[in-house]
Amino acid sequence: MPTLTKPLSGWGRYPIQTCELERPERYADLRPTTDTLIARGQGRSYGDAALNENGRVILTERIDRMLALDLKQGILKAEAGVTLANILPVIVKQGWFLPVTPGTKFVSLGGCVAADVHGKNHHHDGSFGDHVLAIDLILADGSHTTCSATENADIFWATVGGMGLTGIISEVTLKLIPIQTSKVMVTHRAASNIDQLFKLLQDPTLDDQYSVAWIDCLASGEKLGRGIAMFGHHATKEELGANFSKTANPSQPPLDRGGADLALPLSRGSWRGFVAKHLNENPLYFKPKRTHKLPFNFPSWVLNHLSINLFNKLYYYKESSKKAPFLSDYDSYFYPLDAIGEWNKMYGKRGFVQYQCVIPEATALAGLTALLKELSASRRSSFLAILKRLGAEGKGLLSFPLPGYTLTLDLPIRDKGLFSLLDKLDHILLQYGGRVYLAKDARISPESFRTMYPRYGEWLRIKQKIDPANRFSSSLSRRLNIAKGEIQ
Amino acid sequence: MSANVLILGATSAIARGTAAAFAARGDNLYLASRDLEELKRIAADLQVRYGVKVNYGLFDAAATDTHPTFFQVVLKEMQELHGIVLAFGLLGDQMAAREFSLAEKIITSNFTGAVSILSIGANYFESIKGGFIIGITSVAGDRGRQSNYVYGAAKGALSLYLQGLRNRLFPSKVRVITIKPGFVDTAMTFGLPGLFLVATPQTIGKQIVKTLNKSADVVYLPSFWRYIMLIIKHVPEVIFKRMKM
Repeated sequence: MPTLTKPLSGWGRYPIQTCELERPERYADLRPTTDTLIARGQGRSYGDAALNENGRVILTERIDRMLALDLKQGILKAEAGVTLANILPVIVKQGWFLPVTPGTKFVSLGGCVAADVHGKNHHHDGSFGDHVLAIDLILADGSHTTCSATENADIFWATVGGMGLTGIISEVTLKLIPIQTSKVMVTHRAASNIDQLFKLLQDPTLDDQYSVAWIDCLASGEKLGRGIAMFGHHATKEELGANFSKTANPSQPPLDRGGADLALPLSRGSWRGFVAKHLNENPLYFKPKRTHKLPFNFPSWVLNHLSINLFNKLYYYKESSKKAPFLSDYDSYFYPLDAIGEWNKMYGKRGFVQYQCVIPEATALAGLTALLKELSASRRSSFLAILKRLGAEGKGLLSFPLPGYTLTLDLPIRDKGLFSLLDKLDHILLQYGGRVYLAKDARISPESFRTMYPRYGEWLRIKQKIDPANRFSSSLSRRLNIAKGEIQ
Repeated sequence: MSANVLILGATSAIARGTAAAFAARGDNLYLASRDLEELKRIAADLQVRYGVKVNYGLFDAAATDTHPTFFQVVLKEMQELHGIVLAFGLLGDQMAAREFSLAEKIITSNFTGAVSILSIGANYFESIKGGFIIGITSVAGDRGRQSNYVYGAAKGALSLYLQGLRNRLFPSKVRVITIKPGFVDTAMTFGLPGLFLVATPQTIGKQIVKTLNKSADVVYLPSFWRYIMLIIKHVPEVIFKRMKM
């Protein structure tokens, strides 16, 4: 198999390491070919999870076939390299949706399993692995094994969230959820500080299928943690109908007159009407959006304290003015950043670290306040700060979620000082019993990792049983000292 | 109306891209190659994504004696056929230049096997007075270079064969299109040094299907390769023979 040696990075563009890439196109060619290797889907983990410095990285992007879609039960079986972006247009028009989706659709199915990704519905529906009915896993000796919650369950729960270190995930069978329309009904609520934001997220009368909060992390003092809580659910047909009759201009003929409207010439201005009409005829109609790529790395001064502050203020006032519930298409709701291809270039060529951590429910408010204060004091700005409630801890032994609140920060790398700030954040996190998300991480220490993930020992026993020579190894696993013969 | 299209060498990346572009128009497909396990996966994928009918079966370009039976099976399963895409090929390695047995394999896959199956297909389309044949050759067939001239010679011969076929089938209203891809991001080119402006197989697939709506007979893909090859073809031999390509 031909290989390509080149510098490679995760989505955060830090670190950049030289790896030897291999890209099988046939299913039979997807197998361990060298002493150490790691599989890589779309490279959307942020740090070094899908890197193998001076070693083999197997790209799964061409192993991307959808194998079966059961429209009655909503079950999709596909090869692990297929992206959510490819799956969505196929399932949405049939009235199905992904049970859990991360904030980008440009991720592979295998990556979703390996990182056990979560979405805005974690507090109700758990993480991705909870909806996986079965996986096909290629082990270190090249053999295939089927694993699920009932078959080879130990391997299954070591692989869900196992960062690709148990084998190559080659096929995934996923249970989908039914939807009536392609739209999401969204409600925004503004909060002027972190206490209020917590109350909004905890309020059972406001809670919905999906919930998430955006934080203006430059606000400090009394306004520390001010932000917008965003709730949403897949809109029903009734909500879609009601919304259109409400927004339709009374001077215009009603939109749903069936075929009569078709005779009307469509001027540019009636484009909304055209889309609306399609929706009325087919509530699952969806018009794919074009993405615009960032053509180059932004110079590092573009995102500074001032510009981020300005953006955050504008965003806060714009979004908090949306008082009434509104309809959003699923793309804009779930994947706002996907509209800008390669948005990671915004952070300049030195890259960025996405720091995502979770703090258990009981200490969450105190812990997050401490984290935000530390960040605010550092005068480092996070362009993006997201707060999200998480539900029960899953069965994935290295899975990230635990019941509590997760905070996500995007921090551009300007100098080494960032890493000492992050170490301070780790220190606070450990005090409050929290953990960092491995799929985002590029720098936590082996010691922190072992404290943060208490089920690591259990995971390691399974890993050593199925991969005694430690063939599946990444830059992340070596950084965390996950080694051959390690004793826990 | 949807067409029935036979794709030969259907497991290659360009063939997958082409099959997807046909399926996106609503055409039904028959996929053929030596790798049934792989065909099964590609067929399932096209069915799930585009909801078209996809059949598949074993086809070995080198086993020319099996070709008549193979074509009968395809016709039986598809009832009728409107087009053939010939996408199989073997790049081989540079050793082929020094070892005839290797060169023979390359010539058989790229040329002899192609002539065998296309003559059957051509007779069929001639008899029904319609249809199309799309042959995927290569820019390597435009001029012999030391790095891959056995492959280039076989592909060049195929281009010439298609040219003759086009001439013969013109009165019968059968389109014969020669596609000459430049650098496409496939297993054949992955990791090769000196690649530039590489096209994705999906894009190439879409462009191949689009040629059916145009009048061109010989199509370079991406289209700027026409000009690159124009220059390469016109370098005087006295200079060309000294170049390292």
